[in-house]
Amino acid sequence: MKLLRVEDIRKSFGSLQVLDGVSCELEKGETKVIIGPSGTGKSTLLRCINLLTKPDSGRVWLDGVEVTDPKTDINHLRSSIGMVFQNFNLVTHLKVLDNVRIGPMRVKRIDKKCATDLALEKLTRVGLSDKVGSYPAELSGGQQQRVSIARALAMEPKLILFDEPTSALDPELIGEVLAVMEDLAQSGMSLVVVTHEIGFARSVADEVIFLENGRILEQSPPEKMFTEPKHQRTQQFLHKITHLYGHESRAEET
Amino acid sequence: MNQLSVLINGMPLLLRGLAVTLKLGVGFIALGLVLGLLLALGQIYGNRVVRGLCSGFVQIFRGIPAMVLLFIFYFGLAHLNINLSAFVASMIAMGFRSAAYQCEVFRGAMQSIQSGQVVAVQALGMNLLQRIRYVVLPQSLRYCLAPWSNEFAAEIKDASLCYAIGVTEIMRQGRYIITATFGNAMFIYVTVALIFLGVTSIGLWLLRRWELRLQVPGF
Repeated sequence: MKLLRVEDIRKSFGSLQVLDGVSCELEKGETKVIIGPSGTGKSTLLRCINLLTKPDSGRVWLDGVEVTDPKTDINHLRSSIGMVFQNFNLVTHLKVLDNVRIGPMRVKRIDKKCATDLALEKLTRVGLSDKVGSYPAELSGGQQQRVSIARALAMEPKLILFDEPTSALDPELIGEVLAVMEDLAQSGMSLVVVTHEIGFARSVADEVIFLENGRILEQSPPEKMFTEPKHQRTQQFLHKITHLYGHESRAEET
Repeated sequence: MNQLSVLINGMPLLLRGLAVTLKLGVGFIALGLVLGLLLALGQIYGNRVVRGLCSGFVQIFRGIPAMVLLFIFYFGLAHLNINLSAFVASMIAMGFRSAAYQCEVFRGAMQSIQSGQVVAVQALGMNLLQRIRYVVLPQSLRYCLAPWSNEFAAEIKDASLCYAIGVTEIMRQGRYIITATFGNAMFIYVTVALIFLGVTSIGLWLLRRWELRLQVPGF
């Protein structure tokens, strides 16, 4: 059974058709990267997976449970889907440790001692065990993003969604975040990542999906996608991106 | 000398009045806080009916002078055979009024909370009540402290209005002293004024210290 199944999602905001029949699947342990021009519904697609945005039509299944079914306990389901946001979205009045353990404590109702141990374990994993007593505003962007990854990990999710996790970071901080993500992918976590980081996609993704105008134009393994894209539009887009970033593989640099 | 003895003899009475004033003021604020918070939550998270009722309440109690409200709840209700004591009538009228003002303070604070954080904890699986309890309220209450200390001072001072419906608070005690000693109006009222000044100043200072203590880097 596939871990994630997305079937024919459609979503429009007013007169703008953002998603126009998108379907895809994910096996456990796979990493899929979604690329495409801005405003083509990439973030919306991610948000439809954990129902932060309700699709107009179409269905989503996580591990056999239908997410889009109104009878499903969506909060229970969301606790097994992690999400990392472009703007980190850490709770600003809580210290780092509290940010990471609030999910296990309040949503999963794990007792404080276990939740704290869990949080410390995840913070160590992302390399921030020395920042547990700091407030989010005292950290750099890259550190904040790593904390938000630890926050997602602390829920021990089946799947983590990344919505342009490095787009709001200064260039020199992107590497540390991508390194954590690569480590997650390699240790068997299932990831769906929306990003412009082609280098990351090339070295970590099992499949790359090119989304344009609310539709999947092309999807293939990274070697195929980046060396022989089928469509001209894909080629044009990739050209633009590599021109912007002008590098081979940022993930490999770290 | 005469004035000093008036002061010494009158002080216990004034302080007794002050106790009542403080009870009123704190009561208004407390009632206003609980009700104001509920009204703000109703206005933000409620359905159309709830929102309408809350907005209506706020509009009414912000748009009518305190004195008129006091008279309605005390004399007006008595006319309808609902006999509330002056103290209780004050508590209700001014408490509701404070709720209307505090609701606006809370609402402004809650709406300025970055929604990204609320979405993030929603993605963790928190339901609406949990989101309000763990993110919205702690942050908006922090934003509230500064405008709220305004409200605090206002309520303590407005408690003196209850003089008009016969509550024996500090103003009325002052009046008693003046009539009993055949004069000293200026002296007594200035003393009352200084007492108020002292209370509000100490209160504002304490609130400021609390605000500083709750401050979090980056807030």
